[in-house]
Amino acid sequence: MKILVCISKSPDTTSKIAFTEGNTKFDENGVQYIVNPYDEWYALVRALELKETLGGNVTIITVGNAADEAIIRKALAIGADDAVRIDADPKDAYFTASQIAKYAKDNSFDIVLTGKETINYNGSQVAGMIAEELDMPFISLATKLDLNGTTATIEREVMGGVQVVEVNTPFVASCAKGMAEQRIPNMRGIMAARTKPLTVIPVTNNEEYTAYASYSMPEAKTACKMISPDNMDELVSLLHNEAKVI
Amino acid sequence: MATDLYVHPDYYNLDDLLTEEHIMIRDAARAWVKKEVSPIIDEHYEKATFPKHLLKGLGEIGAFGPYIPEEYGGPGLDQISYGLIMQELERCDSGLRSTASVQSSLVMYPIWKYGSEEQKQKYLPKLATGEFMGCFGLTEPDHGSNPGGMITNFKDAGDGENVILNGAKMWISNAPFADIAVVWAKDETGRIHGIVVERGMEGFSTPEMHGKLSLRASSTGELIFVNVKVPKKNILPGRTGLGAPLSCLDSARFGIAWGALGAAMDCYDQALRYCKERTQFGVPIGSFQLQQKKLAEMITEITKAQLLTFRLGQLRNAGKATSAQISMAKRNNCEIALNIAREARQIHGAMGITSEYSMMRHMANLESVVTYEGTHDIHLLITGMDVTGIPAFTREMSESK
Ligand SMILES: Cc1cc2nc3c(=O)[nH]c(=O)nc-3n(C[C@H](O)[C@H](O)[C@H](O)COP(=O)(O)OP(=O)(O)OC[C@H]3O[C@@H](n4cnc5c(N)ncnc54)[C@H](O)[C@@H]3O)c2cc1C
Repeated sequence: MKILVCISKSPDTTSKIAFTEGNTKFDENGVQYIVNPYDEWYALVRALELKETLGGNVTIITVGNAADEAIIRKALAIGADDAVRIDADPKDAYFTASQIAKYAKDNSFDIVLTGKETINYNGSQVAGMIAEELDMPFISLATKLDLNGTTATIEREVMGGVQVVEVNTPFVASCAKGMAEQRIPNMRGIMAARTKPLTVIPVTNNEEYTAYASYSMPEAKTACKMISPDNMDELVSLLHNEAKVI
Repeated sequence: MATDLYVHPDYYNLDDLLTEEHIMIRDAARAWVKKEVSPIIDEHYEKATFPKHLLKGLGEIGAFGPYIPEEYGGPGLDQISYGLIMQELERCDSGLRSTASVQSSLVMYPIWKYGSEEQKQKYLPKLATGEFMGCFGLTEPDHGSNPGGMITNFKDAGDGENVILNGAKMWISNAPFADIAVVWAKDETGRIHGIVVERGMEGFSTPEMHGKLSLRASSTGELIFVNVKVPKKNILPGRTGLGAPLSCLDSARFGIAWGALGAAMDCYDQALRYCKERTQFGVPIGSFQLQQKKLAEMITEITKAQLLTFRLGQLRNAGKATSAQISMAKRNNCEIALNIAREARQIHGAMGITSEYSMMRHMANLESVVTYEGTHDIHLLITGMDVTGIPAFTREMSESK
């Protein structure tokens, strides 16, 4: 079983969010990056569990620059066998997906897993695009994945229930909460990560179809408005006219 | 305790001086602590029980002998890694760090530095995983700050193979459950040796000490030796004299300097958050100058201590840190941690005395930390001696009239 897990970085949730270059670029100054939790906790850990029961190899891949090797080492410390870094600053979802798809095509994997989204951009696009480029089936938002021979049974949460999907390898799936449990790297893993292979490969395709026009911050929280319990009318009118929620 | 939201303060961007691997080791230790320890530590503290089920996990995150080379089952990390792991543990609870410090610096360190090859092979790999736990017996009921006066002793058994050990040690961390004890005892000429005593040897017992109001989640006991027959091959051959146990204390005190700072950082982190959340008189209490003064002084002391401690780590990595330099860091960091714990507790008002927050527990724990491994006074005397060249530890008492 050859599994490719796509790893992205995302800012630590305690990072201060700010923008530069006239609000067109995320300000990375002082930002600590972590492995995007959906990639790490669910996609990577499930891939490792499959490998541990069925044998095989788990490769992680990221599109990023040399500074991103810290997140690669962490994924290796958690247990991936080897890593690939496509040497580029990821521009948009298509740019990222096309690089990964090219590598995946050349190295044929049975399963390609991603997180359901990154916690910073929330695009949820890369996995679907990889599947399209590889001409493989795509299952999004998977919460459970079991494999029997070459047939995978995958659960997805849908409105009001669970959908069960069967698909044959090779396929691409994006992983959501429930798929696996976070693994904390242990010291053996951290030591082993020092010598696991990390291959850096150049960009193959420079197409990008989108550009970021601008970012803005959500409106600051305003102070809590207290309304006297016997003044229902005012409450209703505020909810209706000001908050516009009813 | 409420959800553990800890984020370490890093006012001078000290993380930039750490390696990628340092950060990974620290973050892994932190994640493990948040998952496994924070949710249960208060209960163990309140009941005065040691969370023994954590030993395997402590071994897995590398908390037992992080600097022990790979050939003896350790991960062979540097001193800063050791410091960072101790910091993450004590950030949660000094008792947890004490267990790891003792295992690393007071049990594995002497065996690694002064043990025979056979002793190293026999004990170190199992101590690194936590399969074996150890304790360190130096202090005696009548000899605390002056361990050189110890009376625990051994004599040749006359059978060519064994010695006979007699005496008692007190205040020994991990003693009640330890599989082995590194005991410091005098030979017939009065020379101090380290000797490994194993649980189960006849005449050796380890009663637990009760009634501690500090370090309650750590288990402390006595070591009692009544004609214990110990094989001569259990004596550490590499070094004798008081310098041998003192060199172990150097290693442990180094870890304590990092650890106590961790407790201080935890208190500050909570106080800062509370100052922004708690409102009185219609505004967050953090908008009052009196509270800001407390926070500003805390982060200043923490930042100074971080720099001191990091530099000490570099010196220790280079094998250049003196005992006196380590004393200064241990003393300073315990002191600022105690002060910060008290100030942080005050910021929390009445909430600060509950187990919902960790300051009160840290404060009580730190009373042990400021006492063991050389009291606050003794470290001051070490610095005093170092700068003047004049020891002031003993004095002649004039005849009483
Ligand atoms: C929770 C806990 C765990 C411990 N774990 C261990 C362990 O694992 N192994 C171990 O061997 N020991 C351990 N200890 C013992 C610890 O190291 C001693 O308590 C410490 O060295 C102080 O000794 P003492 O308590 O006998 O105090 P004393 O030495 O009696 O000191 C009493 C007071 O006199 C002061 N004093 C002493 N001498 C001087 C001097 N020359 N000048 C000025 N003031 C002086 C001290 O500063 C102190 O304030 C532990 C202690 C505690 C509380």
